[in-house]
Amino acid sequence: MKNKYSIFALIKNAFSYHENWQKAWKDPVPKKEYETVIIGGGGHGLATAFYLAKKHNMKNIAVIEKGWIGGGNTGRNTTIIRSNYLWDASAGLYNHALNIWEGLSQELNYNVMFSQRGVINLAHNLQDVRDLKRRTHANRLNGIDAVYLNTDEVKKFCPIINTSPDIRYPVLGGTLQKRAGTARHDAVAWGYARGANEMGVDIIQNCEVKGIKRNADTVEGVETSKGFIKTKKIGVVAAGHSSVIANMAGLKLPLESKPLQALVSEPVKPIIDTVVMSNAVHAYVSQSDKGELVIGAGTDDYVSYSQKGSHDIVEGTLNAILELYPIFSRMRMLRQWGGIVDICPDASPIISKTSIKGLYFNCGWGTGGFKATPGSGDLFAHTIANDEPHKLNAAFNINRFVSGDLVDEHGAAAVAH
Amino acid sequence: MTKNLRVKTSKLIDKTNRISFKFNGTKYYGFKGDTLASALLANDVHLVGRSFKYHRPRGIMTAGSEEPNAIIQLHDNTSRTEPNVRATEVEIYEGLEASSQNCWPSVNFDIGGINNLLSPLLPAGFYYKTFMWPASFWKKYEYFIRKSAGLGKSPVEPDPDVYEHRYIHCDVIVIGAGISGIIAAKISAKNGLKTLLVDERPYLGGSTIYQNSDYFKINNQNSGSWLEKEINELKKLENLEIKTRTSVAAYHGYNFLLARESLTDHLPIEQRNNKTRQKLLKIRAKKVITATGAIERPLIFDNNDRPGILLSSAIKKYADLYGVACGEKNILLTNNDSAYETAISLIQKGIKVESIIDNREQVNSKLVKEVEKNNIKIFKGFTVVNTSGYKRINKVSIMQLSKDGEKVIGSKTTLNCDCLGVSGGWTPAVHLFTQSGGKLRFREEDQVFIPLTYNSKQISIGSCNGEFTLDEILTNTPKLLIKFLEIKDTNYDNVDVKSSYSKLKRNIWLLPSDKILGKTKPFVDYQNDSTAKDIKLALKEGFRSIEHVKRYTTTGMGTDQGKLGNMHALGIISETADAKMGELGTTTFRPPYTPLTFGTIVGRNVGEYFDIFRKTPIHDWHVKNNAEFENVGQWKRAWYYPINNEDMHQAVQRESKAARDSAGILDASTLGKIDIQGTDASEFLNRVYTNAWSKLAIGKCRYGLMLNEDGMVYDDGVTTRLAENHYIMTTTTGGAANVMGKLEDYLQTEWPELDVYLTSVTDHFATISVCGPNSKKIVSSVISDLDFTDEKFPHMSFQNAKIDKINCRVMRISFTGEHSYEINVQANYGKSVWEKCMEAGKDFNITPYGTETMHLLRAEKGFIIVGQDTDATMTPIDLQMDWIVSKKKYDFIGKRSLYRSDTIREDRKQLVGLLTENPDEVLEEGAQIVADIKKSPVEMLGHVTSSYYSPNLKKSIALGVVRGGKNMMGQKLIIPMEKKLINVTITDPVFLDKENKRLNA
Amino acid sequence: MFLIYCPFCGEREQSEFKAGGEAHIVRPKQPTELSDDEWAEYLFMRKNIKGVQFERWNHIHGCRKWFNMVRDTSNDEIKAVYKMGEKPPTK
Repeated sequence: MKNKYSIFALIKNAFSYHENWQKAWKDPVPKKEYETVIIGGGGHGLATAFYLAKKHNMKNIAVIEKGWIGGGNTGRNTTIIRSNYLWDASAGLYNHALNIWEGLSQELNYNVMFSQRGVINLAHNLQDVRDLKRRTHANRLNGIDAVYLNTDEVKKFCPIINTSPDIRYPVLGGTLQKRAGTARHDAVAWGYARGANEMGVDIIQNCEVKGIKRNADTVEGVETSKGFIKTKKIGVVAAGHSSVIANMAGLKLPLESKPLQALVSEPVKPIIDTVVMSNAVHAYVSQSDKGELVIGAGTDDYVSYSQKGSHDIVEGTLNAILELYPIFSRMRMLRQWGGIVDICPDASPIISKTSIKGLYFNCGWGTGGFKATPGSGDLFAHTIANDEPHKLNAAFNINRFVSGDLVDEHGAAAVAH
Repeated sequence: MTKNLRVKTSKLIDKTNRISFKFNGTKYYGFKGDTLASALLANDVHLVGRSFKYHRPRGIMTAGSEEPNAIIQLHDNTSRTEPNVRATEVEIYEGLEASSQNCWPSVNFDIGGINNLLSPLLPAGFYYKTFMWPASFWKKYEYFIRKSAGLGKSPVEPDPDVYEHRYIHCDVIVIGAGISGIIAAKISAKNGLKTLLVDERPYLGGSTIYQNSDYFKINNQNSGSWLEKEINELKKLENLEIKTRTSVAAYHGYNFLLARESLTDHLPIEQRNNKTRQKLLKIRAKKVITATGAIERPLIFDNNDRPGILLSSAIKKYADLYGVACGEKNILLTNNDSAYETAISLIQKGIKVESIIDNREQVNSKLVKEVEKNNIKIFKGFTVVNTSGYKRINKVSIMQLSKDGEKVIGSKTTLNCDCLGVSGGWTPAVHLFTQSGGKLRFREEDQVFIPLTYNSKQISIGSCNGEFTLDEILTNTPKLLIKFLEIKDTNYDNVDVKSSYSKLKRNIWLLPSDKILGKTKPFVDYQNDSTAKDIKLALKEGFRSIEHVKRYTTTGMGTDQGKLGNMHALGIISETADAKMGELGTTTFRPPYTPLTFGTIVGRNVGEYFDIFRKTPIHDWHVKNNAEFENVGQWKRAWYYPINNEDMHQAVQRESKAARDSAGILDASTLGKIDIQGTDASEFLNRVYTNAWSKLAIGKCRYGLMLNEDGMVYDDGVTTRLAENHYIMTTTTGGAANVMGKLEDYLQTEWPELDVYLTSVTDHFATISVCGPNSKKIVSSVISDLDFTDEKFPHMSFQNAKIDKINCRVMRISFTGEHSYEINVQANYGKSVWEKCMEAGKDFNITPYGTETMHLLRAEKGFIIVGQDTDATMTPIDLQMDWIVSKKKYDFIGKRSLYRSDTIREDRKQLVGLLTENPDEVLEEGAQIVADIKKSPVEMLGHVTSSYYSPNLKKSIALGVVRGGKNMMGQKLIIPMEKKLINVTITDPVFLDKENKRLNA
Repeated sequence: MFLIYCPFCGEREQSEFKAGGEAHIVRPKQPTELSDDEWAEYLFMRKNIKGVQFERWNHIHGCRKWFNMVRDTSNDEIKAVYKMGEKPPTK
């Protein structure tokens, strides 16, 4: 690597007042033709380009991004990384990603601050308990390090949770995945961009896709705000805007793009050193290395591309936060924001070929795509390079919506008896 | 002893009311009306905190909500403690205790200050470049990074205060009660519009209210006095509600605004009990007038962050409003006329101004002349290149600026001072405007972003609209409002204004230095310690977008959200990258404008009000009889009724046995009930259930299964035909609302031609289920005038009846497999009917049972519970309930999906019974089922969905789903638990009374 | 937080409503005669438009009536509402 990052590099550069650092990635003018064009410069797109170059020996790749890299959901999510999914297909996918996360800083020579501080998922009613136990057993048999905790064990691992039995939705137990945790979201995009650029990938920002050119059922190129780019393979990794690109190619996807909100508190000294999630009362929280409580809210129920959601969602989330952590009542919300998440009917992603030759989609990650970034990029790269899915993403094909072979990860259905 | 820098009484300060407070353990005095900042300054305390990254000593910088440095912990180690509070916003009260944050052992001697020495190794983004080796050490590095980051400390006790929400609907909201806002509110209210005026400060009048100079006059009075009269008149207006200490946090679409009204934070702690601390105002305004003013810009030069360096406007405010001198030897550095206003105020109050360093070369305004008259040295065309003084500024070094402003020339002069005021001009506070979706334009003349287009009924006026001078405000505001409010005229058409402020400005984003940038520390974001060189480093490394630079350097991400420094960051990017400011755009201003307390957002929705509890009409009886409860949806359901220290297992075994041996009684009121009427009611049911309904006779009941359009089981329940065109449907407890919604949806949107009416009647009825061999005896004694013979009242039928003249519906239906009756009675009679049944059942050992026993009993019979034995991936065929799927019906919801290639597979997961090898071993619900444990990875065939020890069968029973299970009867499988393997055999899911003899027993 | 004009009740807060997805997807009259692909199209495939979209809303905490809305999903501006069965506005 030309410009390797290390403490020694920092010391060396300190003597020249940091005047000699190289560009992390260049800002090229698009070439007329690429072997593969990746649409979308978020974590998944950049990772796809990185692994296409690294593992599939493809050199002539462009990543085109409408705005700035990592500016979509990569830079807007709550950075939770875990792999404790129910179904075998999901477990395989997310655990593959987790395995890559564990060596990612070294692989990229970029500290993505992957912090394995553990993730707890709480149970608040008897059906939650059944569902989480089911998930834990499945995880264990799939080689995922999940354990079930009773209420006291939850309290021991995260003492600030209100585990009183008298609260509205008492904590009846939970699961813990210790290998899970968080990472620095921006660094993931930047690290992959730097790594991909090093291997010759062109990263083209402020370049908007205007159309997909195809001849019958084969792609021929991309119309962009910076001109036409010829290519035989297009990988679309446009998250909330996937349907927009699909429509350009004359495809419809089983997606709805909805607002998802998140917020941070003002920074404080360490107070919670794990990640706690609760589906039933809809709150999840962790603390960033900077000290902010990072809190994820839910989605609104309508389609929107405005990157804004309704206040009720934020209020509902904080209601839940104070139910579980009454000590945070006097903490203050510093910043809230919204993203656009593309949601599949079965809450699982699509990493798939399409009916158009040379057009591939990686989308539908809904509210949980960040954790999969490295695995998603790796498997999508495999799918593009070989024109065939890897066995780990075979189940996530687009055809499952026709056959009915869904990968339903909503957790169990609503409690009913 | 500290000095007293209180120079003169001001209107805001009540000198008769002396208040003591503690800062870092030392006792100080201030007066009522002081902020913590003004009181500290009056005691000559500048050093209040340490910065985030380098732990540099920091002082009070501003006099408002834009403060980046002076943030403190209030009442540490108490339940009312609060981190990161701006000293400039805290009104002091007797007993206030505040302390510095982010320093150890003390703000005077902070070990973390070593970071300042290490700063050459800590440029922007340093952590991305290191701590990677060895990989396993990141956890340890991170521990220290986390510990040294953060600012204040989170409270560790529950909050003793309460919060509220209030909804306000008004014609007009005016945000900001400076001169523009006062005028706007007055015009609006006088024209009969219901108006709300809010301001984050405790007083009205903004910065004009303390303007007391001959250079700013309205109708020949100095502007402060004129405004005071306006305010006095304003307060008498009827249509107007004024709220001070009220900060608008967010401006959402459709003119929906959130504001925080602070009610008790300025009171001594002991006066706060039983009062609401803060209110979240949820405001829906027909029209919004934003008059949020402007924030003075600092200037960016080497060591521009020392305690004693303040915004020039803050020095003026401390002198004029609080009567406090920030220093005894003041120097001002400016690029515009504002610092001269400060100088004039200081001169008036006898506070010494040593000199003014003005970036501009040609300055002749009246204000400048007035200052010159007082023999104050003005260095025209000069700038500060450095400062010294570790914990308090003591010197500035100045040099002359070159003509193009790009470098400094000549020799360096050093001037002594104890306070430096800086003014880089003004930044309109457009935060709320942009939050609402408004677009900005960049005005080149004075380098400001101002509103361009509005996307709701709103307007920005005064300095937040780029109108900085008194004459502009008084000329433009009335004109704008006539159009905006659609009124004829205002009383401000002939106001005579005298304003001596010159608009001349020399804008230099990063002031030049005699040293190379790498050797300097010109702070752009004070709190986060990001400097101009960090921004340039980010650009050098290829970060071009403003958002990238912000994230890489953390500029603008502190608790002040970059209110002071963001413009400079933009300016430096623009100059370095040779991009136009207007094209670069700003970063997104995200809500809230100032940080908003979680408690305020939540209001009263805490504790028992977090979510409603739904209780059945019989709930009190359950409580009285020691029931343990289970939450099901929003309902509280009796779970089991322990007697004499029984544990759950013992209670459930007893209840289950009693129900089958003699009689049990269950409160089933929570089941959803939907009243269905209309001439097409039967056809409607045909379409929503999988089975056929047309032929169901009046007075008969039938079990139905409802699917989603994707073919998966959605809900189930018994529906009874009450009359030709009248049915009552029951649903699951948790699914009731969704089922109702779904049925309405189909009826209104897909099948509007059907004559069907739906009414949710769940809450109208109490439902009491009595089961067991003695149920008939009990129920018939409660309802005496009904024929209970099997001929007249067979299983799956219903009768209207009366209990003491009260109408009730009795269904003979069973979820336990026992002979059983369900009595539905108007909800308010529920408890009394329950008690009657208990009384009638006394001789039969009638036993109340809860949901757990209900689950056990139905599992013995192999009845499913939707949501427990199904999970949105199960079709009726998977449940081995083929019998309920009509082959004859042309269509029903979900039918088509049952014939997709995946749904017709034979080897789908199917519901089966499971028996353990050891009859005493009870399986864990959720446990996985495998055939071959040696296979790697282990292939999971399914899981246990329900599992119990059956006291009636005297063995463990379970239901589960197993891949291809339908055809695996009798096969042995394995449940691999963490520490053991359990052998099970697949069986029929019906464990008890396959012949249904007990139903008629 | 939108202000939504319910065609039956008038202008109300968004919190009284529930969104119901893309409008004018008519449930096939003869589902059994559709291919798996055609059925999937009805069941799952959505236009998910960025821009002016026709969609369904329900005044769930009010009159509980379903109605249609024309809304620009790029900026959440509501252009029109109309009752079920009515023709969508053309302008």
